[in-house]
Amino acid sequence: METPLTLRVDGEDRMLTVDTRTTILDALRDRLGIMAAKKGCDHGQCGACTVLLDGRRALTCLLLAVAHEGAHILTAAGLAEDDHLHPMQQAFLDHDGLQCGYCTPGQICSAVAMLDEFAAGHPSAVTCGQDGPTELTTEEIRERMSGNLCRCGAYDGIVAAVRQVAAR
Amino acid sequence: MIPFHYTRAVDARSAVETVAGRPGAAFLSGGTNLVDHMKLGLATPDLLVDVSRLPLDTVEIAEDGRVHIGATVRNSDAAAHPLIRERYPALSSALLSGASGQIRNLATVGGNLLQRTRCVYFQDLTTPCNKRSPGAGCAAIGGYTRDHAILGTSTQCIATHPSDMAVALAAFDAELVVLGVDGERRVGLNQLYRSPGTSPHRDTILEHGELITGVELPEIAVARHSTYRKVRDRASYAFALVSVAAALAIEDGLITEARVALGGVAHRPWRAHTLEGALRGRPASEETYRRAAVAELTEAHVRPGNAFKIPLVTNTLVAVLRQLAKERL
Repeated sequence: METPLTLRVDGEDRMLTVDTRTTILDALRDRLGIMAAKKGCDHGQCGACTVLLDGRRALTCLLLAVAHEGAHILTAAGLAEDDHLHPMQQAFLDHDGLQCGYCTPGQICSAVAMLDEFAAGHPSAVTCGQDGPTELTTEEIRERMSGNLCRCGAYDGIVAAVRQVAAR
Repeated sequence: MIPFHYTRAVDARSAVETVAGRPGAAFLSGGTNLVDHMKLGLATPDLLVDVSRLPLDTVEIAEDGRVHIGATVRNSDAAAHPLIRERYPALSSALLSGASGQIRNLATVGGNLLQRTRCVYFQDLTTPCNKRSPGAGCAAIGGYTRDHAILGTSTQCIATHPSDMAVALAAFDAELVVLGVDGERRVGLNQLYRSPGTSPHRDTILEHGELITGVELPEIAVARHSTYRKVRDRASYAFALVSVAAALAIEDGLITEARVALGGVAHRPWRAHTLEGALRGRPASEETYRRAAVAELTEAHVRPGNAFKIPLVTNTLVAVLRQLAKERL
């Protein structure tokens, strides 16, 4: 069931032909050689494959490529501009927000989108009263980042990195 | 994953006709449950009809005060919508208690309702499961039952329904708008889900090819003061052991209205009618809450692995009702 498809990945149109069974994650890694999105659990449980899909964070392991013709995908590799790291990437370095680094691209994409959600006034499970959240507390960051697991346990550094960018 | 065809639906009616006319066809929306099940070999559709881009993605209020949530509204958008936050805070809270930010951005309201149990045996093709293969037996009965049901179970299935959102919708008597080949019908949320009985392979009363196009919530004054509490094995991103959606109205110290539904305890969101009856007209006191909770659980059937749910449900109910009463007094 081969289907032709165009995906805009990190600012570049990429044309490919995929079997209907291909996830965006597999299309990125196996077909386009874009390795920033990682395959962790492949079942939507770990967050390592997180990218920004049309501006919102999403798990690429659960998305069928054929269902996303024309989608704009931004991976962690596409966040940097020329030689300048994205502030979130720099913050992860500044605060040791990683050890092995496997979950890091997903963490960074998730954190970037999460700050956008927070800025847009989206509630979370820890502050879901009528009024939007006003302060990005540690509890808020942990809740909003709970879809990204880090088996090295670099969570304290990750929270510190997110706080640094949020404070800008 | 077995090979399958994919087509993007042009409108709801033709999508329904396509799926209804083909036993192996399935609707695809956010795909967060279905695609995973296809990877596991649990779901084997030969055609996916993608309904995720149908224009069913708005939250609107009607003149009579009913709020309509389109079936393809993403869980995150439903949770953040001002109408939901203002009028049904327990629903917003329940949505935000489920899954993760990434998954809520993909998962739709219709798909959330039709997600399937997270019973570990249902998802493991190497173990017997009556829900997966009718007549095969149930590995959960006599097995690991921490996540399993204590109310409305049968000798064939003790799975729980995993949705948080549906628990809040149950408390508010939501109605589903369902499109079939013969036209549209309305199904109460509390009539949608089945008890497992002797046919646990059927989660709902929907027929093959019927499509949920929206969810409607009646205007309920007390719902504005509702809450959702979820108890789980980790602080976030886990399914409920037990959850409670509740709303309470109190006048002169007496409970005048109560709406309560439980999650994590049954094959369906469990509307706690017995408890509601035991609260109504009684003083808003700890003793009332505890008695009512105990009354609701009279018929509970526990196993060694989930006997803890009796005190957990009781204490969670008491805590939620106490909190609501404190806010209303």
